[in-house]
Amino acid sequence: MAGELVFDDVTVRYTRPGRPAVTAVDGAGFTVRPGEVVGLVGESGCGKSTLAKLACGLVPLAGGRVTFDGTPVTPHGLRKRAPRLLRLQMVFQNPYASLNPRRRIAAQLEDARAIHPGSPAPVAELLAGVGLDPALSSRYPHQFSGGQRQRIAIARAMATGPDLLIGDEPIASLDASLQAQVATLMRDVALASDTSLLFISHDLSVVRLIADRVVVMRAGRVVEEGPTEQVWSAPQAAYTQRLLAAIPRADGLGTIPDVAPA
Amino acid sequence: MSAADGLRISGLTLELRGQRILDGVDLVAPAGQVTGLAGESGSGKTVTGMTVLGLPPAGSVVGGSIEYGGTDLLRLSARQHNALRGDQLAMVFQDPTASLHPMISVGGQLTDHIRHHLHLNRAQARARALEVLEQVRVPEPAQALRKYPHEFSGGQLQRIAIGIAIACRPSVLVADEPTTALDVTVQAGVMRLLRDLCDDLGLAVLLITHDLAVMSSMADTIVVMRHGRVVESGSRYDVIRSPQHPYTRDLVEALPDHRPGPTRSGGQS
Repeated sequence: MAGELVFDDVTVRYTRPGRPAVTAVDGAGFTVRPGEVVGLVGESGCGKSTLAKLACGLVPLAGGRVTFDGTPVTPHGLRKRAPRLLRLQMVFQNPYASLNPRRRIAAQLEDARAIHPGSPAPVAELLAGVGLDPALSSRYPHQFSGGQRQRIAIARAMATGPDLLIGDEPIASLDASLQAQVATLMRDVALASDTSLLFISHDLSVVRLIADRVVVMRAGRVVEEGPTEQVWSAPQAAYTQRLLAAIPRADGLGTIPDVAPA
Repeated sequence: MSAADGLRISGLTLELRGQRILDGVDLVAPAGQVTGLAGESGSGKTVTGMTVLGLPPAGSVVGGSIEYGGTDLLRLSARQHNALRGDQLAMVFQDPTASLHPMISVGGQLTDHIRHHLHLNRAQARARALEVLEQVRVPEPAQALRKYPHEFSGGQLQRIAIGIAIACRPSVLVADEPTTALDVTVQAGVMRLLRDLCDDLGLAVLLITHDLAVMSSMADTIVVMRHGRVVESGSRYDVIRSPQHPYTRDLVEALPDHRPGPTRSGGQS
């Protein structure tokens, strides 16, 4: 089984003209094992999205190593990505930006199917797999709701038969009632085809629903990592404890989380 | 009904290009209480808030009544509504970077606003601005007055936006998704602040959010909207713990807290 992603002591710096460089990721390391669902959580600016970009070669490394199934991940050039790296697919936060507005979704799914090394599932089956009516395949992205568009983005990523799926805040732009649903869907489709899943979110309560393991980041470093239930019910790092304590509970009791400022 | 009684919305309807956006909304937002307006995108909760502020979508036809301090806000002229807005009727939105001017210092924005509504001189306005920043717990308020919005974090900016909202001692505060753009640890602080301001100043807060967990933490009563109608309203405990309407039940059940975690523990390697 393939789909192993290793971040080994990685550092990423963004240089800004005329101003000091920003170290977005500062010696972070963790592994997504084959077939595993890993949740990466942290607050804005902790470097979680930079890690996602790193995994698909969208930003250069300043230190450390990223390997995908043993192959080093190198930044994109102007040419096609190495076939090996096409086995890693991404679902972004905003599906309206990641889908082509001027092409029918059937055509976009066909493009993705062409990348599949074996025999890809037919478009109808892909759509049914994410809970959409196959009859809608001749429509354009704008004819769908936000939740449906994200399902299409997931179907497109899965059409390539990936070994690893990365979701970078894939539910952040959806209505609250849809978030848990779409997150669970991502876990289900990934598991059904033996694909590993790296699910990046700021929302620990949703990550808890779907992840086997959780990695908590703060200021470019991994502060805690462990099985989901353990991190949820017995967090070790002071930062994770604070993060968990800050989540408001929908219990109807009117308790505002009490969090000391950092 | 006097200003101290808050807001009473009765039979509020709004039509835009022949489409019914609000279809008979009834709700009461009493002073000293947080009234939560819940629902998904497109349910009409934001439009309700904007109509209270006298800013319904351009070209809409509004019916019903919004009673505030003995007058019906819907009968006011634009000029009368303008005078109330920012003074008696305050607002806080989701994105403080969009509600603050990027090129005017925080002190400048606060004092402009205060002088416009309260007719104070420069020194008095500055004193009030300082007082307000202390009230919303912005650290080092004297220095903060000289800074520009880009020098603050999102949480601090939202505190400043709340400060501008309460600067003229309003009696009604419409807060539309005030914590949605914030990280959870920052969100907790802003929720605390809004709740304390509501209690201390006797504000009638109309809290608009899709987040039932935030609602459950802050609101006294919850009003659930769907398709421009109120489908359920009641105390936060009743609405969250024993929702009556099937739609509310769906919303509550969709909360992550109400579901078990993954069944498979640890990854297979």
